[in-house]
Amino acid sequence: MGVSVDLLLSAIVAGILLGGFYAAVTVGVSISFGMLDIVNIAHPAFIILGSYIVYILNQTYGVDPILAAIVLLPVFYALGAAVYQIYYLVFERRGDEALRGLAFFFGLLFIIEVALILAFGVDYRFVSADYIGTTLHYGPIDLPLRMLIPFGMSIAMLATLQLYLSRTFIGRAIMAVSQDRQALQLMSANPARIKRIAFGISIATAALAGAFLIIIQPVEPSVGRDYIGRIFAICVLGGLGSFPGMLVAAILLGIVESITATFYGPSWAPAVAFGILLLTLAFRPSGIMGR
Amino acid sequence: MSATALLEVEDLSKQFGGFTALDSVSFRVAERERLGLIGPNGSGKSTLVNCLCGALRHQSGSVRFAGARVDGLPAHQRTRLGMARSFQLPKPFGSLSVAENIRIPLLYTVNARKGAHLDAAALERRCHELLELVGLAGKAMGRPRDLTQVEMRKLELARAMAAEPKLLIADEAMAGLSHNEVDDILALLHRLNEGGVTIILIEHIMRAVMSFSSRLVVLVAGRKIADGLPAEVVRNPDVVRAYLGE
Amino acid sequence: MRTRTFWLVAVLVGAAFFGLSLLAPNQYYFQAGYKVLQYVVLATAWNILGGYCGYVNFGSAAFFALGAYSTVALYKILPVPLPVLILIGGIVSGVVGLGMGYLTLRLRGAFFSIATLALAVVVQTLITNWDYVGGSRGAYIIRPMRVPILGHYIEYLYLIMVVLCVLAIGIARTIERSRLGYGFAAIRDDEQAAEAAGVPTLRLKLVATTLSGALMGMAGAPLPYYVTYLDPASGFNLAYAVNSIAMPLIGGMSSWLGPLIGALFLGSIQEYTTVAFSSSSGLNVLIVGVLLVSFVIVAPNGIVGLVESLRWRRR
Repeated sequence: MGVSVDLLLSAIVAGILLGGFYAAVTVGVSISFGMLDIVNIAHPAFIILGSYIVYILNQTYGVDPILAAIVLLPVFYALGAAVYQIYYLVFERRGDEALRGLAFFFGLLFIIEVALILAFGVDYRFVSADYIGTTLHYGPIDLPLRMLIPFGMSIAMLATLQLYLSRTFIGRAIMAVSQDRQALQLMSANPARIKRIAFGISIATAALAGAFLIIIQPVEPSVGRDYIGRIFAICVLGGLGSFPGMLVAAILLGIVESITATFYGPSWAPAVAFGILLLTLAFRPSGIMGR
Repeated sequence: MSATALLEVEDLSKQFGGFTALDSVSFRVAERERLGLIGPNGSGKSTLVNCLCGALRHQSGSVRFAGARVDGLPAHQRTRLGMARSFQLPKPFGSLSVAENIRIPLLYTVNARKGAHLDAAALERRCHELLELVGLAGKAMGRPRDLTQVEMRKLELARAMAAEPKLLIADEAMAGLSHNEVDDILALLHRLNEGGVTIILIEHIMRAVMSFSSRLVVLVAGRKIADGLPAEVVRNPDVVRAYLGE
Repeated sequence: MRTRTFWLVAVLVGAAFFGLSLLAPNQYYFQAGYKVLQYVVLATAWNILGGYCGYVNFGSAAFFALGAYSTVALYKILPVPLPVLILIGGIVSGVVGLGMGYLTLRLRGAFFSIATLALAVVVQTLITNWDYVGGSRGAYIIRPMRVPILGHYIEYLYLIMVVLCVLAIGIARTIERSRLGYGFAAIRDDEQAAEAAGVPTLRLKLVATTLSGALMGMAGAPLPYYVTYLDPASGFNLAYAVNSIAMPLIGGMSSWLGPLIGALFLGSIQEYTTVAFSSSSGLNVLIVGVLLVSFVIVAPNGIVGLVESLRWRRR
């Protein structure tokens, strides 16, 4: 019995660390879907893109992956702004967003993934950094640094974003846009510009999430698709547009997945998130029905 | 009350999270009545319509139509029972022609009821009749996006009428229209009422409401504050305060 | 033309098409043709829910693969002729479509689409872990020795696909002109207004998901015999998910013609690139993805829409 409890404990701790990382992965969509109502189903692809660029910088120049991601932040921000601009010009103005916008991002998802396959092949890639091999031990609990550091950085990123959104002028404008587009127009601020900034931030988070990802596990292009389910499961469970709720949901998911993988095998892990998502959507879609 | 009540609303309440949109609203509408429903912006009029017609679920209270409870019935079944509505912001079927817009309620409400079943030829005729009634016969083959504001409103009404309702709820059908256009719509509604349709008119345009309604209900902040003859209601100090006081 | 006439014409065209195909110089034509025709069925099926009703299904691969895997499951128990397998594949996928619809159709459009994606992954994980049908190792299927009517088995499979195409297109066309089709269009244009007009939206949407799922399952049922080795990676292949959306979108979603054109166009391109460049299927999907995004931006009504607007302008 002692062995089982230890195993359970390790699984839970691993799950918490994993969950923190999942929150970093999801925060971008929490902004684009939760606040801007844009179903960016291609977000995981941007994360993988981030992972690969970080990989190149790491292998070519020996740059620490997280540092590399920070350098990438403005680049990804610009990328996000550009993508939003296209989306806005083509879809939001015309008014038939729903189906076509979805198809647009879906196509983008595959283009990015396949472009990466063609450029890098399907071999797994990983980064090297001093802390990746190290693990801290506290009794029965193992804290691998390669999970602990991304966890810590994720929390830091979330806190920074939360402060930004609630304290700065633009941040508050973003929150306003998410709640009432008309009010913003009356204030003569341009909602499109605010949304562009928000979407840019959303994609910028993907750069960091990508760095975290490739620190935690080896990456190959199709890994992104496993994350679609996780991201939307967390958004739905945690409530759209609420960071604390999202963090809790992310950690919960991390724990459930970790326990499932430990006791039933890793091949069931992808189904956990999607299964939770389906069940939540089917039985408790409060705030989602007829919004 | 000697007249049979076609619609009975009792203690209807609706909350959105912490916000109470409707607070124990009760009223009755007799057959063939012309009820005016007024209230300042945000008083809950549209929420009320949505709850009556099934677009929203109310939390407590009951809605009875022709004696039977309709709470929990989906909107399409209420329409088949005889409750029809027009939307405040017209919601036409954009990819269909104007005539086809009228076909939908004919196919799915009229033909779904027991009894008289319209065959293809009768359907065509009825579409045309309805469009003539609202003056859109010339645009039958056109698309809704090519219609003017007034014409879209008329299409909305025609679509509601096509369902052959016993009760028609006209939700701000005249907002933004010119004097003559308002008269057009009023005439249409009068004609319907003379033909036996009970009408609930939700409007901001006071002269229309006053001239049309046989009874007036006033909603403020989700509560009914007045219910009676138009001339009396407008003299009610609470009503005056609600409109001028803020 | 009247629906009955359409069916007649469709059957005749199908028969003529197949007759001409028999003149093909070698086996490769049937091999490639099967794939393209498979896409015609998939695209047409997808469009019933997507184009007619306005609900985007990201999980086509699941329904398709369920058809394929029900064949594998039955293959191990008893030898059943292919047409029966197709029927069973259709029923299995249809029932799953019904279930999925019931769970998810009360959701707003975007959530429905994500739920379909979730379903596809759940189904794939379940099958990957189901050892009876081979799990991740895959399953081998042996084609029967005797071929009904024709010379080679691949020709028989090809014929089956032609029949399924005619069936799918016929059904799509029948829906378009029927009361059901009007109901679907109303749901697509404005679901709330449709409800208010008396359209039983939930019931109709369930019909759409069931029918769409069933047709996809029927398209998938012969797959094991076509590939002779089936594993989840190929059954749930990326290409099916992307193509079933891209083909109707690029061809045009408002009628039966769009998915047909889209499938023929995109299917042929992909066959060509597979042969000409002999690289992994990556290039295929890249092309489809780029075309999808381009068309969504430039020509949202697809090829059919483009042609129509050209004709309209010339008037």
